[in-house]
Amino acid sequence: MRETIEKQQTTCYHCGDECNTGQITADKKDFCCTGCKTVYEILSENELCDYYTLEQNPGVTQKNKTALFDFLDNEEIVRSLLEFSDGKHERITLSIPNIHCSSCIWLLEHLDRLNPGVLDSKVNFSQRRLTVHYNCQEISLRQLAEALDRIGYTPVFNLEKKEKSNSVYQQFDKQLLIKMGIAGFCFGNVMLLSFPDYLGITSLEYNYQVFFRWLNAVLALPVVFYSGWDYFVSAFKSIRQKYANIDVPIALGLVVLFLRSVYEVASQTGSGYFDSLVGLVFFLLIGKWFQNRTYQALSFDRDYKSYFPLAVLKLVGKEYKPIIVNDLEKGDEMLIRNAELIPADSILIDDQAFIDYSFVTGEAEPVQKSKGQYIYAGGRIAGKQARFIIQKPVSQSYLTSLWNEEGYEKKEKSLKLIDRVSQYFTIAIVAIAIVSAVYWQFTDPSKTWLVFTSVLIIACPCALALSTPFTQGSILRVLGKHHLFLKNADVIDDLQKVDTIIFDKTGTITDPKAKQIEFEGEELSDAEASLVVAAVSSSTHPLSRYVKEFLNAEPDVYQIESFEEVTGKGILAVVSGVEVKLGSAKFIGMETLEEAKSSAVYLTVSGKYRGVFNVNNTYRRGLKEVIEELSLANELKLLSGDNDQERAALTQLFPKGTEMQFEQKPDDKLKKVQALQKNGHRVMMFGDGLNDAGALKQSNVGVAITEDISSFSPACDAIMDANAFKKLGSLLSLITEGKTVVIASMAISLMYNVGGITFAVLGILTPLFAAVLMPLSSISVVAFTTAMVRLRAKRKGL
Amino acid sequence: MSVILVLIVTSIIVAIVFLGAFYWAVRSGQYDDTYSPSVRMLFEEKKKKKNEEGAGIVEKV
Repeated sequence: MRETIEKQQTTCYHCGDECNTGQITADKKDFCCTGCKTVYEILSENELCDYYTLEQNPGVTQKNKTALFDFLDNEEIVRSLLEFSDGKHERITLSIPNIHCSSCIWLLEHLDRLNPGVLDSKVNFSQRRLTVHYNCQEISLRQLAEALDRIGYTPVFNLEKKEKSNSVYQQFDKQLLIKMGIAGFCFGNVMLLSFPDYLGITSLEYNYQVFFRWLNAVLALPVVFYSGWDYFVSAFKSIRQKYANIDVPIALGLVVLFLRSVYEVASQTGSGYFDSLVGLVFFLLIGKWFQNRTYQALSFDRDYKSYFPLAVLKLVGKEYKPIIVNDLEKGDEMLIRNAELIPADSILIDDQAFIDYSFVTGEAEPVQKSKGQYIYAGGRIAGKQARFIIQKPVSQSYLTSLWNEEGYEKKEKSLKLIDRVSQYFTIAIVAIAIVSAVYWQFTDPSKTWLVFTSVLIIACPCALALSTPFTQGSILRVLGKHHLFLKNADVIDDLQKVDTIIFDKTGTITDPKAKQIEFEGEELSDAEASLVVAAVSSSTHPLSRYVKEFLNAEPDVYQIESFEEVTGKGILAVVSGVEVKLGSAKFIGMETLEEAKSSAVYLTVSGKYRGVFNVNNTYRRGLKEVIEELSLANELKLLSGDNDQERAALTQLFPKGTEMQFEQKPDDKLKKVQALQKNGHRVMMFGDGLNDAGALKQSNVGVAITEDISSFSPACDAIMDANAFKKLGSLLSLITEGKTVVIASMAISLMYNVGGITFAVLGILTPLFAAVLMPLSSISVVAFTTAMVRLRAKRKGL
Repeated sequence: MSVILVLIVTSIIVAIVFLGAFYWAVRSGQYDDTYSPSVRMLFEEKKKKKNEEGAGIVEKV
C-alpha cells in the first residue's frame, strides 16, 4: 500500500506524533510541525521546560490550529463571559478540552510566568476547565485567549455558556457525599454504642444502658430523615403510580426498623435495631455512589449550542463586526474565515468556497460550493474566507431543527429487572408478615407484633438492592477503562435489551484519518515522484497532502519555478523546468477518461498522462471481527448518507441479507429508527456526526464514535473512543453477561432473606443476629458481583 | 464511673466537629476535582518567579 519509508522516524518532542528526524528541529529536538516547535520555543524562553519533564511528550499536536478570537474585542460578549470584573481585575473560567495530563496542569498554573498580567490560574482537571484571574489593564481577554492558543491550549467559547447538566450532576454528587458522610459517621458511633448491649451489661450499669440506647436513637434520626429520605420519596412516588419498585420494601423496612427500635427503647424492652438501620442506609448509599460513576469531562447532552461558535463577523455598515450568533437574522451578511463554522443556513455570495462537512457527514474531504448555492449550517470553511447571506436564523437551521424536533421523549421506559423482582418481593414479604402474625395471634398473641415487625425488618432488601448497582458500577468501570463511556448506569439496562444495531458508514465504520491511496498506472520513477511531491507541497488541499504522504519522496531536490492552484480543479506547477499537472480528469485535459467514483487525482508530467491516484476510505481495524461478533445476537443494518459505490465491499463484510440503505438524509435515518421501534425492535445506533444526531437521540441506545474524546460529539447515551472499536464485541458481551451476574447475586441475597425470615417467623430474631446478617449479606453480594464482573472481563481480555 | 458519660459525650462532640469539617470540604468543592491536587503538590517552587526580567518578554501581544 505504501512505499517503503526510508527516512528515519522519530517522535515529536512536543506532542509525540511521528515525524522525520532532522526536518524541524530546535535545541537538537525533533518536532512534527512548526506549531509544536513554536510552542517549545515559547516555553523554553520562559524557562517553562519543566513541562516536558513531568510527562513524556505532553503537548497536543499543533498541525491543525486556526482559532481566531477577535470576537473577544466585543465588550458585550466579554461581559457575558466574565465571572467577576471590577475594572482592574477580571476572572473567567475557560473550557479547554486539551487539558489531559499533569504537565498541562503545571503549565497552565504557571501562566503568570508567561504573562505577568495573569495573577493566578487554577485548573479543574475533571471538568477540563481553567479559572484565570488577571489584570485586565495589562492583558485583555482576547490576548489571554491568544496566548493560551499559542501554547496549544485553545480555549473553547460557545453559546452554551455554562453547561447546566454538569452542575446538576455535581450538585447531586455533593449531596450524596454528604449523606454518605453523615450515615457513615452515625453508623460508626451507633456500632460502638451498641457493643455494651451485645456484650451483656450487668444490672449495675443499667443507667448507662438507657443512656446508650437513647443516644443511638438520636444518632439514627439524621440517618433516617436526611440520608435515607430519598428512599421514602421514591417509594411514595412509585406507590402513587401503583407499582412497587425496590425502594418500597426498603422504605417499609426502614420505617418498621425505626419505629420498633424507638418503641423498644422507650418501653425499655430492648435495645432496638439502630445499628442495623443505620448500617443499612450507609450500605445503600455506598451502592448508589458506586453506580453513579459520572464522567464530568464528557457531556452527553450537548446540543448545537455547544458546537456553534459564540460570534461571527457580520457586515455592519461597511465593516465586519463580531456579533453574537443568536442575534443573526435573515438577510444578514456574514464573513466566515478559514476553519470557522457556518452557524446558519445561508447562501454563498462569493464565487466559491470549500466547506468541510466532516463533522456533519463524517466525510473528511471539503466540498466545493459555488456562488448562489444554498449552504447548510454546520460546515467549516476550509481555505479562503467566504461571505454568506443568512437565510434562516440559527435556531431554525436544518440541523439544529433536528434537535428541537418533538417526539424524542417517547423513548419507552421499561421496568428495570430489579423493579420487576421487587413487585413480587414486596407482595411476598407483606404476605409472609401477615400470615405469620395471624398464626402467632392464635398461638401466642404476645409475639404477634414482634414477629410481624421482625419479618419486615429482616426482609429489608439491602443486598438485593445492591446487586444491580455494584454489577453495573463494575461494568461501567471496565468500559471506561477501554474508552467506552456511558451516560449513566441505566444505559446498561437498555443495552442488554438491544436486538438491532444500526451503523452509519462514513466516519463510523470507516476511519476518517486513514486513507488508502493507490496509484493506477505505470510506476513513477524516483525523479518523477520527487517532482510530484515538490508540486503538491505548495498546495493545502487535503488530497495533495495524501499524495505527498503516499509518495514520501524528497521534496527539496527540485526547484519550483511556478505554481498555480485552481480551486476545485487541480494544480499546475513547473518544477525545475518540468510541467506537472494534477487534478480532475477535465483539468489535466484527459476528458476522455471516465471520472472515477472515489476521489481521484489525475497526473500528467510534461503533458504526458502518467496515471491516477485513487483515494479510498478504509474501514476501521477489526471491523470484520466486530461485525461477526455482533451479528450473532443482533440484526445489523447500515444507513449511510453516501452513495452506494461501496456496496459490494460492504456486502462482503456484513452477514448475508443485511439491510443497507444509502443516500439517507438525517431525517431518513431518524424515521428508520422510529419505524424499527414501532415494530418492537430495540435499536442501538452507532454514529459520529451531526447528521446522525437525530437518529442517535431517537434510538434506545445511541453511541457516538469520536476520534478525540474531548471534541464535540452529538447528544447520545454513550461516547466511544474510535480506538475502542475493535473491542466492541467483547465490551457488549460483557454488558450482556452482566445480566446473569445480577440474577445470580439476586439469588444469593434472596437466600439470605429466606434464612432471615425463617428466624423472624419463628419469633427468635435478635438485634445482634440482624446486625450480623444484614451487613454480611450486603458484603457478600458486593464481593460476588465485583469479582464476577472482573473475572468475566479478564476472560475476555478486557 | 460517670466519667464515661462525659467522655462519650465529648468524643461525639469532637467527632461532630470533624463531620462538620467534612461537610465544609464537600460544600467548598474540594471533592470536585480529585486529580489536580494530587499532582499539584508535587510541583516544585510553584509561583516563584525565577527570572523576573525574563517573564513577559516573549509574550508581548
